[in-house]
Amino acid sequence: MTLARTRSIALIGLHGELVDIEVDISDGLPGYSLLGLPDAALMESKERVRSALQNSGAQWPNKRVTVSLSPAWLHKSGSGFDLPIAIALLVAQGAATSSELDSHVIMGELSLDGSIKPIRGVLPALIAAEQLGIARAIIPAENLAEAQGLTSLKPIPVSHLSEVVLYLEEGVIPDFDALQPVARAVEQKDLSEVVGQKAARFALEIAAIGGHHLLFLGPPGTGKTMLAERIPTVMPQLNAQESLEVAAIHSIAGALAERQIDSQTPPFVAPHHTTTSTAMVGGGAHAIRPGACSLAHNGVLFIDEAPECNAGVLDALRQPLESGSVAISRVAGTIIFPADFLLVLAANPCPCGRFNGKGLTCTCSSVQIRRYLQKISGPLLDRIDIRTFVEVPSRAELGSVEPGESSEVVRARVIQGREVAADRFKHESWKLNSRIPASQLRHKYRATREAMAFLHSELDRERLSARGYHKVLRISWSIADRYGSSTPSLQEVQEAYRLRQGSQIL
Amino acid sequence: MAQTLQQIGADGETLVASYLQGQGVTIIARNWRIKEGEIDLVARDGAILIFVEVKSRSNSKFGHPLEAITPAKAFRLQRLALAWIATHDQWGADYRIDCAAVHFRQGLKPEVEYRAGVL
Repeated sequence: MTLARTRSIALIGLHGELVDIEVDISDGLPGYSLLGLPDAALMESKERVRSALQNSGAQWPNKRVTVSLSPAWLHKSGSGFDLPIAIALLVAQGAATSSELDSHVIMGELSLDGSIKPIRGVLPALIAAEQLGIARAIIPAENLAEAQGLTSLKPIPVSHLSEVVLYLEEGVIPDFDALQPVARAVEQKDLSEVVGQKAARFALEIAAIGGHHLLFLGPPGTGKTMLAERIPTVMPQLNAQESLEVAAIHSIAGALAERQIDSQTPPFVAPHHTTTSTAMVGGGAHAIRPGACSLAHNGVLFIDEAPECNAGVLDALRQPLESGSVAISRVAGTIIFPADFLLVLAANPCPCGRFNGKGLTCTCSSVQIRRYLQKISGPLLDRIDIRTFVEVPSRAELGSVEPGESSEVVRARVIQGREVAADRFKHESWKLNSRIPASQLRHKYRATREAMAFLHSELDRERLSARGYHKVLRISWSIADRYGSSTPSLQEVQEAYRLRQGSQIL
Repeated sequence: MAQTLQQIGADGETLVASYLQGQGVTIIARNWRIKEGEIDLVARDGAILIFVEVKSRSNSKFGHPLEAITPAKAFRLQRLALAWIATHDQWGADYRIDCAAVHFRQGLKPEVEYRAGVL
């Protein structure tokens, strides 16, 4: 046989496409042509495959070799096609035989000695293969952990080319114990470690219940970051589907080392404020990779020192905030990554950072203070419901030996609050209080009569904008869910009003 | 039995020539040389002219013999073939370019690997 075919998966964002790898060996001068829009890493596969074959005792055909990856119009990238090309070459030469190649997908990068190295994006590729009805997948042994969430697809972990041949010819499945990930000392964060901060704790609990985006304002060293890092611990745990989705995104980004595959904790992603908008939303010229906001999908995206961000970086978040996904268009095509996250911004109140209380030690002029926070654009601030001050803890709080409420206790309330909301919205298109449309807030989802009267009087006194009015109502629904009241009362609306106090200086 | 490189080359060409004759092909010329280079064998198979490049190796230290035919060398073979056709006023004749690899191995019969129509 001089013609052989193997199959693999090409990823377009999170979506996987079945790719046929055909190899034809014909008479002619020795040469190698690779067809099907390969990228640079894939073009280099020739040299890796050649050395790998020769160093594992197989022949490199000194003939005209044509490798075609179809569908031909699809841009293919990465080193994961090394292994399917090598197997097809072996079969085409008659050095390996298998009647069942079509029911397998094969992926893996070859080392020059024939051993098989891990690749990126195995999890989403396997999910795609499973949906396409493929029965078995030959994958690098080191990627085996990524296959554990699958049901009908059987993974065959391989670590050397010879193992693949042995498996194809005799059905010997290599004996491989999934490398138990080195038990990393995962630093368990808990809300009980936060001293005092009653108001900020309340704000983050309400944010978690209603999915409200959040801005922490406060001088340096008051615990803004500490609070933000603990938000995932009070959010409901991810279900299997959500967890798989998060892991798939991390797999493409090559960031699974930082996250356990079956972790149910919502991700926490904190890009530095000097980050570029490409790193924030995703991109790249050839292989388009997800950005920080997709890595934070189903979790928390935290941006410290938000006003220091480059112009445009924060505003790039407006699309995902609106639609829960990002569409990235490049030469290779348009890719959509999910990006449904809770945005948490932290900012100093002024450039010197000491504006607090009466602002006695602050050295900034009032113009400087106003300009500083204006760096966060209006349309973005518009999407942030809760703006809360994080105060310097008092002496009494710092001296207290009594720990604050633990994450577990708060999470129980968050879950309960979300259940109440989900039940109320069971016939609506949204599930969270932060997503109630403005028109519905004015009619179907109003607060009590006296609470509405309070809001209207604040509107009349111009202490509340129309935008703020709707935001306060949404927050008050989350507060009502926390306390178990069926309609937000005056007191709850006033609490919601206070959660927007940060807006006074914005 | 020390052989010079020229001897190895000439032996290889002889082997290929007799191989071709065994296939019923007439050898027209050997080592046709002009300033640009040399055609190892010119043959005729019915109406078709055949230009053959022979590569001989006594060991495999330098890879497969045919791998030595780089795209530049293949292009030169093409030009040489046309030069031969022009010199011999054979315009319009069908022709093809073949390559042959001859492996000389100590104590074994030399082996001819013949590839027709490579360009």
